[in-house]
Amino acid sequence: MAVLTQQKPTTVIEKFNNETWRRKFLRNVIIPWIFIAPLLLIHIFVVAIPAAQGVYMSLTDWKGVGRDVNFIGLENYRELFFEDDTFGKSLVNNVQWMAFFLTVPFILALFCAAMLAQVKRGGMVYRSILFIPYVLASVVTVTIWKNLLNPRQGVGAALADLGIEGFNVAYLGRSESALMSIAFIDNWHFWGFLMILFLAAMQAIPPVLYDAAKIDGANRWQEFRHVTLPGIRPIVLFMYMMVAIWSFLAFDYIWLSTQGGPAGASEVVATQLYKNAFLRYEAGYGAAQGVVISIFAGFIIMIFVTLKRRGWDI
Amino acid sequence: MTAIGKVSLRDSLLQRGRSKERSRLLVFNHTVLLLLTAFAVIPLLVLAFNSVKTNLEIGQNPLGPPQNIVADNFPNAWDKGNFATTMGNSVMYVVATIAAELVLGGLAAYALARKKPPGSDVLMLYFLVASTIPIWMYIVPLFVQINALKRIGVDARILLVIVYVAGNAPLTIFLLRSYMIDLPSELEDAARVDGANEFQVLTRIVLPLTKPGFLTVGLVVGLGVWNEFVLALTFIHDPNQFPVTTSFYKFVDRFDRDWALTSAGAIIIIFPVMVLFLALQRQFIEGLAEGGLKT
Repeated sequence: MAVLTQQKPTTVIEKFNNETWRRKFLRNVIIPWIFIAPLLLIHIFVVAIPAAQGVYMSLTDWKGVGRDVNFIGLENYRELFFEDDTFGKSLVNNVQWMAFFLTVPFILALFCAAMLAQVKRGGMVYRSILFIPYVLASVVTVTIWKNLLNPRQGVGAALADLGIEGFNVAYLGRSESALMSIAFIDNWHFWGFLMILFLAAMQAIPPVLYDAAKIDGANRWQEFRHVTLPGIRPIVLFMYMMVAIWSFLAFDYIWLSTQGGPAGASEVVATQLYKNAFLRYEAGYGAAQGVVISIFAGFIIMIFVTLKRRGWDI
Repeated sequence: MTAIGKVSLRDSLLQRGRSKERSRLLVFNHTVLLLLTAFAVIPLLVLAFNSVKTNLEIGQNPLGPPQNIVADNFPNAWDKGNFATTMGNSVMYVVATIAAELVLGGLAAYALARKKPPGSDVLMLYFLVASTIPIWMYIVPLFVQINALKRIGVDARILLVIVYVAGNAPLTIFLLRSYMIDLPSELEDAARVDGANEFQVLTRIVLPLTKPGFLTVGLVVGLGVWNEFVLALTFIHDPNQFPVTTSFYKFVDRFDRDWALTSAGAIIIIFPVMVLFLALQRQFIEGLAEGGLKT
């Protein structure tokens, strides 16, 4: 055995020693970097350089067309935070969106995963069906729910036919319910994904821990509280960070459902950015909103990194 | 001996207590799970019902099962929604992106996992930081660049595929690298001793051993591109180059009141995904759970 393990490396080493230094350099440095270069260059040209340009663009008054570019410093940011009331409203909507997504899908997913983790027979079937909404395209999901939430032909109308009045309202058309209705639609698509992540983490908890809890006389809630939750804590906290970040990037479902309407009731920063940059020819201003979104995302990451450094088990 | 006896006694006690308790509690579990399953499935069922009704019937019976099944909606939607073109486009976007991603990502991940040239750590840090940059930070300048390239005659479809490849690059590298880094190096060394070059080591030794990683990346990237909306909306303006998503968006806008038609169109879009999902459930779910943590 010892002879065998010694022999193999020696033959390789001998071969390497016989090569000239140049061939080793080629094999261990040049060729690997040639392998890496194409994807790296594509990424630099599509993401890194435009991101840097975005920062510069946000400091100009460029319209997005023509050559008229003036450096105006932080003027766009001043306007965003001190003059543009619609931006403040969009930010508030983003925060509401975040409040929704940091509670509803997490509670739903934790509860469902806890139920599903105990089911042996049929567990896979539930898992697959509950995951289906996650693989649907946003355009399809929104079309389905626009129909279901329609006041004349949707679920509300059906309930009214059964004599249950009060639900046949234009959920997406009224400013007080538009944003949360879109969040509901997005969540229908999203929560199953979160559930699958939590379920996988729960199934990785050693069963011995549950047996130990039983012996100590724990009831089901105590079991969940003291065994399950600590066991899945890392993934829950990680997803808390991701969902908080995603909340500031939300666009698809809102654009497809209402385009930010009615009267800005469901406007978020990303939909406003899209309108400024691509419909109103305010490229510089839109770029500034993109930078603000990124700063929020970076801030959330920093909070988590700091907590982790302070010894939180994330 | 006593220890074993104790454990088995404890086990049997637990087992007895548990089985009685379980059978009672699982009724509750199944009730909850069935309700949630209904919540996930019923909207899809309504969509499927409406896709085989006439608009007249939808008006009277918008949610229930169809009285008579009408298949006309599908050919109608296919023609009016220009699906022959847009499905072809979407397939092209998906296939091209997956192919480029797997080839370029495979090469890069191999170099980073197995060769570790000087600078690899910096590069991994670059991809880690870059993966947190939101699309909104660079979409406006990227739009300008892409328009400039389109003006000098570059095909917008190729540019969109390049943008997709770049967007998925960090995820691809992290995933494939994690699959490759655990391989024992003896096999590669043996191949090198036999005179294989780096490319042959990758294709003959590493690739066959990391197939599941490539399948995972292919599924995650493919599903993402098939469903992608924002980038296609921003960069593709010729209706003949639309993928199904942006094309369907315009279609629903145009035939707003024609639910039979739009429902059939929605079924056409999700059909390929559902077939693939049902065929590869495990790979899909585990792949997306693994790779879906991307930003």
